Amino acid sequence: MRTAVVVFPGTNCEHDVVYALDSLGGEADLVWHRETDLADFDGVILPGGFAHGDYLRTGAIARFSPVMSEVRRMAESGAPVLGICNGFQVLCEAELLPGALIANRDLSFICRFVDVEVIDSETVLTRLATKGDRIRIPLNSYEGNWVDPSASGRVVLRYLDDPNGSHSGAAAVASDRGNVAGVMPHPERGIEDVLGSSDGQILLESFLQSLVAV
Amino acid sequence: MTINRRPEIADPEGTTVERALHDLGYSGTSDVRMDRVVHLNVIGDDPATVQAQVEEMCRRLLANPVLEDFEVEVSE
Repeated sequence: MRTAVVVFPGTNCEHDVVYALDSLGGEADLVWHRETDLADFDGVILPGGFAHGDYLRTGAIARFSPVMSEVRRMAESGAPVLGICNGFQVLCEAELLPGALIANRDLSFICRFVDVEVIDSETVLTRLATKGDRIRIPLNSYEGNWVDPSASGRVVLRYLDDPNGSHSGAAAVASDRGNVAGVMPHPERGIEDVLGSSDGQILLESFLQSLVAV
Repeated sequence: MTINRRPEIADPEGTTVERALHDLGYSGTSDVRMDRVVHLNVIGDDPATVQAQVEEMCRRLLANPVLEDFEVEVSE
C-alpha cells in the first residue's frame, strides 16, 4: 500500500508527511506535480505549503497541475485522498471538496496548537477515531477560513474555539463518500510527544487504514 | 475584468481597511470590498468572441465561482 505525496513548486511539508507516514508503518513516495500516472499508488496526500506561490488564489494554479487529473481519478474511484492545509485549499479549488478557503477572520497568520473535536468518524481521516474525541494538533495558516455558501460540506473536525472564522467551525471537511478529506491543521506535525502532541497519529493512521480498506 | 467577492461572502481584508479608514476619521465609510482588476491583451477581430473567451477564462481560472462574480469589459 503506497501513498503518493504530491510536491508542487512551493510545497514545503512533503518531507514531514513522508516521515510521519513512514513512522506509522506506511509507505510513501514524493511525486512531482508534473507526474501524469499514479497507477502504482493506493492513495494520495497533497501536503501543506504555498503551491505555485499561492498566486491568484491559494490552490488556483495547482488545480491545473498535470498530476491533478490523476488525483481526480483516484478521488472518483474511491481511493483515499487527503489535503493538508494548502492541500485542502487545492482540493477545494479543484471542486473535489465543497466550499473555499479565504483569509482568516482577523487577518492574522495563526501558528499554534488548536483543539479540535471529531464530528464524523466515518471518513478517510477519522475512521479509527470516535465521535467526540478531542485532538490537539498545530494550525499554521493565513487562509484557513473555510466558507461554504451552499452549506453542503461534511464537517469532520470542528475547532473548539474557531480561531479563523470557518463556517461551522470546521477544521476538516470531507466529500459525500468520505474518501476525500481536507484538514487545515497539520496532523503530521503532531505525531510524537516531543513535538508537543502525538494526537495527529490517529488521523494519519486512519488514512493508512483507509488504503487497506478500499 | 473586475473580479469581486459576492456580497454574502466575508471580506476580512475589506473589513480591516474599513477599520483603518474609520481610525483616520472617515467614520461614514462602509462596505469596503477589495475587488481585483485584471488587464490582459487578447488577439481577435470580433469583440463578442473575445468577450466570450475572457468570460470562460474567468469561470475556469481567474475567479472562484464559489466566492466571486466577475465583469468583463472589452475595449480596442
